[in-house]
Amino acid sequence: MDIFANLWLGLTVAATFSNLLYCLVGVFLGTAIGVLPGLGPVATIAMLLPITFGLPPESALIMLAGIYYGAQYGGSTTAILVNLPGEPSSVVTALDGYQMARQGHAGRALSTAAIGSFIAGTISTLLIAVFAPALAAVALQFGPAEYFSLMVLGLIASIVMASGPLLHALGMILVGLLLGMVGTDVNSAVPRYTFDMPLLADGLNFVVIAMGVFGLGEIAANLEDEAGRTVMTRRVTGLMPTKEDWKRIIAPILRGTALGSLLGILPGGGAALASFGSYSLEKKMSKTPEQFGKGAIEGVAGPEAANNAGAQTSFIPMLTLGLPSNSVMALMIGAMIIQGIQPGPSVMIEQPTLFWGLIASMWIGNLMLLVLNLPLIGLWVRMIAIPYHLLYPIIIVFCAIGVFSVNNNTFDVFAMALFGVVGYVFRKLDAEPAPMLLAFILGPMMEEFLRRVLLFSKGDPSVLVTRPVSAILLAIAAMLLAAVLLPSVRKGRKQAFQEE
Amino acid sequence: MTLIRGPRDFGIGAIYLALGLAGFIIARNYSFGTSGRMGPGYFPTVISSLLIVFGLVTIARGVFREGAPIGAINWKGILLVTLSVCAFGYLLERAGLVAALLALILISAAASERFRLEARALAGVVALIVFCAVVFVEGLGLPMPILGEWFRN
Repeated sequence: MDIFANLWLGLTVAATFSNLLYCLVGVFLGTAIGVLPGLGPVATIAMLLPITFGLPPESALIMLAGIYYGAQYGGSTTAILVNLPGEPSSVVTALDGYQMARQGHAGRALSTAAIGSFIAGTISTLLIAVFAPALAAVALQFGPAEYFSLMVLGLIASIVMASGPLLHALGMILVGLLLGMVGTDVNSAVPRYTFDMPLLADGLNFVVIAMGVFGLGEIAANLEDEAGRTVMTRRVTGLMPTKEDWKRIIAPILRGTALGSLLGILPGGGAALASFGSYSLEKKMSKTPEQFGKGAIEGVAGPEAANNAGAQTSFIPMLTLGLPSNSVMALMIGAMIIQGIQPGPSVMIEQPTLFWGLIASMWIGNLMLLVLNLPLIGLWVRMIAIPYHLLYPIIIVFCAIGVFSVNNNTFDVFAMALFGVVGYVFRKLDAEPAPMLLAFILGPMMEEFLRRVLLFSKGDPSVLVTRPVSAILLAIAAMLLAAVLLPSVRKGRKQAFQEE
Repeated sequence: MTLIRGPRDFGIGAIYLALGLAGFIIARNYSFGTSGRMGPGYFPTVISSLLIVFGLVTIARGVFREGAPIGAINWKGILLVTLSVCAFGYLLERAGLVAALLALILISAAASERFRLEARALAGVVALIVFCAVVFVEGLGLPMPILGEWFRN
């Protein structure tokens, strides 16, 4: 019954007027951003970080979380209506969703996505409530060896997720680790890679890199295919799914939820992988696989449920272990630290209102998405029609001001410009920046944990494989790495990403 | 250029190699320590060495394996976007937020083929600058001068 007491506590926090408002603002902004192609949740949360400085910690996190799952939802709207996935996780939604829209069933596709997301959100919220305390209890027993191995697993998992050649992704991880070394070494107080610049003594700022690489780099890349951008809008009618639809979508939604919840917990995993997985699962299970890609409603329901479930459960490692599983979670951790909260297993015990309030707010936020978004569809359609050349200068403005506000320093603005170029170059060379960012965050932590491991064992690294939990984590990492190197999986992965 | 079959592999490999070498050489100034007592140079040296290895492997792959070409580079786009942000950084404290934003918006907008400087676009620019000044400076109290040193005598 603890779960219900906890959830009730959470609801009393999340349902206060001001927190409901921040939740609403979050999901609204998130959806708007998800709808606009070329502006992802990472850049948005980074831009809005300064706004949360003055808020109480609960409200700040509730709003930022709302942006994240709102963006997942908004991304699918764009995917269905214009075949332009706003988020990587809605790439597969575009396959069948857009076909449904072309056949005049846009309304049914949209409502299927909303209903699937809501059901998945509800179930995964319950899952978090059940499993997070258990995981936090386990995490309290974790020593440096376990943490180190877990981070290795997270990095390997992020390679599986990355598009482009595996070799590039592995290299990007190393680049990220190296970038993470910039700044003063915590143990010896030796400044490393600072080139005698006092401004680098605290290291590079994550927000600077994220906004440069994902914000500016992306814009430069988007400007290339400007001519190819066609905007079309249509009236959306027939919003409710039919009785027949309900029968067809309920099983895919439940399967998608299960798959998404599982993959979301994996460090480095998350929403995008879940939606790809769910799509191929539904195609395999279907009696009419030939309909997939031609407007099969199951192909919308499953992946949409999966990506929402994955987005929700990716909060679990962040809240219980203090480990980010993707860039958005890294920003959430940044927001918590700004608020004076050290993420980790103790958050649940020391800050129960924050922890349970955030979880309850996710469910409320999902309900808001369901209730608000279907009536607001006209607004989203109009937003999609905003031409990109009017939009991107505004994005750059917010990036520039946002980056400045982190340290009130123009040095960060120049650094962001530099990372914009870096991001563009990496993109041109097929090297996806997401693993680099994750490695950048985890790098300093990994170094510190490794140092402690080796200090206790007097320099003997075999502790990492003789402690059982650590050994299991490393084994999973090795299996994952072996799996992606297998030719058959490689082919499947290639196909999944080619559908972009 | 027929020597390089996979230019993307070759390019990123060269970047890995360069970063690895730079990281390795610089890390030699930091004491390495021992495995039991990792010095500040231990982790950077290990990472840089791995990066060098990966760089070489990727370069080799770029030389021997057929790969896609790098594709057209949007020089104008990346240059103007970068320039616009640098202009903002340079002007913010010197000329103030209004001028810095004006420079940022106009330079970055020039990166697009479709941008035209017309009455409606200008109205939008003015509205955006006013919005930023009101929300970020007045509302959130970010320490950005509306008018910078140049205008204050």
